[in-house]
Amino acid sequence: MKPPRAGVGRSALGSWAIIGIVVAIAAIAFVYTAGWLSPQRTTPAKLVSALAPPGGPALGRRRNHVKGVCFTGTFEATGAGTAISRAPMFVRGQYPVVGRFNVATADPNAPDGTVRVRGMGLQISAPGQQIWRSAMISAPFFPVATPSAFYALLLASSSKAPDAMKMFIAAHPEFANFGAWAKTAPWTRSYAEEPYNSLDSFVFTSGSGATSIVRWSLLPTAPAVSVPPEVLAKQDPYFLDQEIAQRVKAGPLRWTMVVTVAAAGDPTADPSKAWPQGRRTVDVGTLVVQDVQPDRDGPCRDINYDPTVLPAGISTSDDPFPAARSSAYRVSYDRRTAEAKYYPRTAPEAR
Amino acid sequence: MADPKKFSPLQRVLHWLMAICILTMFFVGVGMVSTVTPKYLRLIELHKTVGILLLILVVIRIAARWRYGAPALPANLPVPIKLAAGLSHYVLYGLMIVMPLLGWAMLSAANYPVVVFGGLRLPPIAPQGELLHTVLWDAHHYLAFVFFAVVLAHLSAALMHALIRRDGVFEAMSPLPGPSMRQPGG
Repeated sequence: MKPPRAGVGRSALGSWAIIGIVVAIAAIAFVYTAGWLSPQRTTPAKLVSALAPPGGPALGRRRNHVKGVCFTGTFEATGAGTAISRAPMFVRGQYPVVGRFNVATADPNAPDGTVRVRGMGLQISAPGQQIWRSAMISAPFFPVATPSAFYALLLASSSKAPDAMKMFIAAHPEFANFGAWAKTAPWTRSYAEEPYNSLDSFVFTSGSGATSIVRWSLLPTAPAVSVPPEVLAKQDPYFLDQEIAQRVKAGPLRWTMVVTVAAAGDPTADPSKAWPQGRRTVDVGTLVVQDVQPDRDGPCRDINYDPTVLPAGISTSDDPFPAARSSAYRVSYDRRTAEAKYYPRTAPEAR
Repeated sequence: MADPKKFSPLQRVLHWLMAICILTMFFVGVGMVSTVTPKYLRLIELHKTVGILLLILVVIRIAARWRYGAPALPANLPVPIKLAAGLSHYVLYGLMIVMPLLGWAMLSAANYPVVVFGGLRLPPIAPQGELLHTVLWDAHHYLAFVFFAVVLAHLSAALMHALIRRDGVFEAMSPLPGPSMRQPGG
């Protein structure tokens, strides 16, 4: 065996250089992976920051769909869903629900009656940590086809350049469909009269392993009464919260959950495109809303309605939105929980 | 027969397996939080699964260290380097234990189900809470950078032993059996 430290001196400088190069490569690769060398990369942090209204985000609160109310109730499964998914909440029975009605705006000062799109966050729980969360909206399709187009929409709508929106619309023709829906679809005076649609597609896996690509909708049992938007704009800024709290006192509110199964060739990756009529549908259950609580103190406050929180039997599809939403919702949750002191819970005696 | 100048084969296998996993965790970790593409979901699933795997491995590793010990450092190693070596190993072991627990607790405090190994649902290990989530999140986040820096220092020291001092310290944890492995009875 040769003596230790043989050859020290002649090659030491070269050896130190090798060590320096190895460490430098590791550090640069790390920094590159983190995106610090790629200012063009769309990160969830940038996406969430771009949602902020001109006055800045509402600290301690959700970065989008900021206004809303919590609700609790049950999901009453018909059992029909077990034919297409082994999710435990499709087995005939009742499952606890914590949800949230909301209006689709990041501006906490926007009056309820001025916001075109309404939404619902929903969590259905089954034993064994089997949790299904979704965040749905009243529009029948999404305004844009891809997450990067959504980011471009946020940048264009907040841009001071006079032709920013015009250029955005020219580059994203699908946005015109949404504009047409927004102009012609009726407005209602209640969260209870709205449908809520997943828009994104997901994969259902049955007990036998068969898969289907689906979207789902919650269809209200309350009849929709059309109200002119001019009338709604004059209502109290929080009239939707007040109305639903009043309405639920008279009795539980119900929605039928309808799952639509895609046929081969349907645009499963693009939530801006509705699927053709006549697709197979399955009535998997009824959402029963029994109680409504304020957003600040209610049980929905602690829930991030991340649409990728799924039970066994449901998984993401080729639709790129759930991943993008999950990454952004997480940033929103991280920020709002860190700022909780700016949105304090009401002390029970103060209510 | 065991070679007193080397770690036991079990310890060497664990070291290099965990080294690969830990390096993967650093890159997956910073990569996943900076993307909105569908990669995000695959990376976060990988990060959780490898994190829980590392938590299991570090328990085995500490048991192996307790059972088999470690070869003595060379007698001629300067005292400050010996101290730094000892301290950095406590820091590395501490981070290997704490980081997966912080990650798991952070997800628990945020009310997220923790799903690993493609469908195993772990119970929460912390109560839901905004303040607790923030504290755990910050700890997991900042300690990750500390961890990476300590690993780089560890890598530099290992290469210094291998290339400059050539004192057998690197060979003690070498992934290969190596020529210095003595024959039984040799």
